[in-house]
Amino acid sequence: MARYILKRVLLALPALLGLVLLTFVLVRVIPADPAAMLAGDAATPAQIAEIRTRYGLDQPLWRQAMTHIRQVMTGDLGSSIFTGRPVAEEIGFRLPATLELTFAALFLSVVFGVPLGLLAALDHNGPVDQLVRLLSVGGLAIAGFWLAIMLQLVFSMELDLLPLRGRLDVALGTPPVVTGFYLLDSLLAGRLDMFGNALKHLVLPAVTLCLPGLASIARFTRSGVLETLQKEFVLYARAAGYSPFRLATIYVLRNAVTVTVTQVGLLFGALISGAVAVEAIFDWPGLGTYAVQAILAADYKALLAVTLVVGVVYAVVNVLVDVAQALVDPRVAEQLK
Amino acid sequence: MSDMLASAPEAPSLMMVRDLAVHIRTDAGLARILDGVSFTLPPGGSLGIVGESGCGKSTLLRAILGILPKGALVPQGQVVFQGQDILKTPVRGRIGFIPQDPYLSLNPVFRAGDQLLEGMRNHAPGSRDDHKKKLINLFHAVQLPEPQSALEKYPHQFSGGQRQRLLIAAALACDPDLVVADEPTTALDVTTQREILALLRGLIKERNMGLLFVTHDFGVLSAVCEDVAVLYAGRVAEYGPTGNVLADPRHPYTRMLLACHPDRATDLVGIPGTVPAATAQPPGCRFHPRCPISRPACAVTVPEMARIFDGSRVACPYHADPLPEVALG
Repeated sequence: MARYILKRVLLALPALLGLVLLTFVLVRVIPADPAAMLAGDAATPAQIAEIRTRYGLDQPLWRQAMTHIRQVMTGDLGSSIFTGRPVAEEIGFRLPATLELTFAALFLSVVFGVPLGLLAALDHNGPVDQLVRLLSVGGLAIAGFWLAIMLQLVFSMELDLLPLRGRLDVALGTPPVVTGFYLLDSLLAGRLDMFGNALKHLVLPAVTLCLPGLASIARFTRSGVLETLQKEFVLYARAAGYSPFRLATIYVLRNAVTVTVTQVGLLFGALISGAVAVEAIFDWPGLGTYAVQAILAADYKALLAVTLVVGVVYAVVNVLVDVAQALVDPRVAEQLK
Repeated sequence: MSDMLASAPEAPSLMMVRDLAVHIRTDAGLARILDGVSFTLPPGGSLGIVGESGCGKSTLLRAILGILPKGALVPQGQVVFQGQDILKTPVRGRIGFIPQDPYLSLNPVFRAGDQLLEGMRNHAPGSRDDHKKKLINLFHAVQLPEPQSALEKYPHQFSGGQRQRLLIAAALACDPDLVVADEPTTALDVTTQREILALLRGLIKERNMGLLFVTHDFGVLSAVCEDVAVLYAGRVAEYGPTGNVLADPRHPYTRMLLACHPDRATDLVGIPGTVPAATAQPPGCRFHPRCPISRPACAVTVPEMARIFDGSRVACPYHADPLPEVALG
C-alpha cells in the first residue's frame, strides 16, 4: 500500500509540471499587461518599461517560463507583483480557509447525500424517491450565487440568525494558528465561544457550496444501491435471514458507496472551483477571493501559485480517494499489492 | 387441481406444499409462475425438484424461503412447515439455504466470517464467540482447508468449491430441520461437484435433516434425492421415488426429458418448442403444444394427478401410451 501511494505521488509530479507550464503560458498570453497595471494610469512609458525590466517581463516567454519553473521547484512561489508580499505567505493563510469551507461542504454532501440516496433507492419509484429526485435536480440546477444571496436575505437579514460574511467576528480576534482551520484552532485553544462563532459563519457558505455535491452524491448512491440490490448475494442474505435494516444500511450500502467514493474525488475539484463564487459572496478570506483579486489585478505570480496549490490539493485528494477505495473494497486492496 | 396428495392418509411431514400458486404481475400481464403445486417431504426425507429453466423452480424456492419478489401474489395454497403455514409467518433459521452460485452469493467487500455470522445473529442461540466456534467446527465438517483462519478471509480468497463449502456450512449453522439447495453444484467443475454432493448428502443424513434439492440434472438427482417432482411450466408433471421415475418415467415430458439426457440418448434430440411464457400459459395440459401424443382433450382439460404404482403420481391420463420412436431419439 505504501509503495502504491508513493507510485501515485510520483505519477502526479509530471501532471503538476504540465499544469505549471500550461497555466504559465495561458496567463502570459492573455492581453493584460501586468507592468502597465502595476504602474497605474498616470505612468509614463519609461516607468512601465522600467517595471517590465525589474520583473523580467521583457525576457522571451520561454525564458520567463524556465525561470518560473526553477523557482517553483525550489519552493519559491515569488512575491505578488501587486502587494509585494510573498505569495506563499498569503496562500498559507488562505488555503486553510478554503479547505475548511470545502471540507465542511464535502462533509454535508456526504452526510446528507448518502442517506438520501439510500432512502430513494429503497423506495424505488415511490414518493421518497421522487422527492429526492426533485431535490437533486434542484441542487444541480440552482445557481449557487443566487442561492447564496437568498440564504443571506433570509437567515442573516430577515431572521438575523447567522452572520452575513467573513469567517469570524472581528471583535473575537483570531485563534492562535495551528492548523489554520478556525474550527480546530479554536477548540485547541479551548475557546468554545470562538468555535461557535466560527461554526455560525461557516453554515451559510458551506450549505451553498454543498448543494451540487449533495445532489450528485445522492444520485450516485441511489444508483449504486439499486444496482447492488439486484445482486445474488443480497437475495442470499435475505434468505439467510439478515435483518432488513442491517441488510440495507451495512451490507448493501458498503458495496454501493464504492462508486460514490470515486465520485467524491471528482467532486472535490468542483467544490474548489465552486468556492470561488461562494467565497466572493460571503467575503470568505480564502483562495477563491485571492484568485479573483489576482485576476483583476493581472497579478500573474499569485494566479500561478493559486493554480498550482489547487492542483496539488486535487492530486492529494485523489490519492486519498484511492486509499479510501481500497479500504472499502478488499479486492481493490488486493490489486494494489 | 383437486389434490390427490392432500386426500392421501397423512404421514407425518416435515414440509407439505399444498396446491401452491404464485403469480407475478408484470407489464406483459399476469405471469402464472406456479399453479397448483403439491408435494410432501417427510422428516429426514429428500426431494428433488427437476425441470427446465423457466418452469418455476426458483420461484418455488423463493416462496418457501419467504423471499418472493415484489409484486408476487399467492392466490392459493399453503406451505406447511412443521405444522406452521410459512407463507403467513415466514420461518428463518429453521430452513437452511444453499444458493446456486457460490461466486455471486457472497458479498465481495465483507469477510466471509462476518457474512456467515450475520445469518446466525438472529437465528442461533448463544454469543458471537459461540457462533464462531460452531462455524469453525462446521468448516472442519465440510472439509474446508485452514478452517481456523477462514472466518477472516474475504470471498475472493477462496476457490469456487471452497466457497460452496462455506455456504453449506452456513446453511447448517443454525441447526435447521430442512436444507433447501438451489442447484448448488452447477457453477462448479465436475470433480468438485461430486465431492460436494457426497459431502452434502452425508452431512444431511448424519443430522437427519430434510433436503429439498432443485436441479435440472437427473444425474445429480439420483445421487442425492429419494423422491423427485418433475416440474413443467409451473405444475408438477410427475412425482415419485427417484429410482422409479428414472427407470420408468410415465409422463411424456419426463420421458422426453430423460431421453434428452446425453447419458441415455442414442441420438441428441431435444423437445420441440420451448417452455411457454408464464404470461401466456396454454389452456388444459400445459405440455400439450409440445407433446407427441396430445389429443384434442388435452387442450381443454387440466390433467389430474393420477396415482400409478409405488407411490408415483403422474399428471397425464395417457401415460400408458407409447411415445413415437422419433420423440425418444
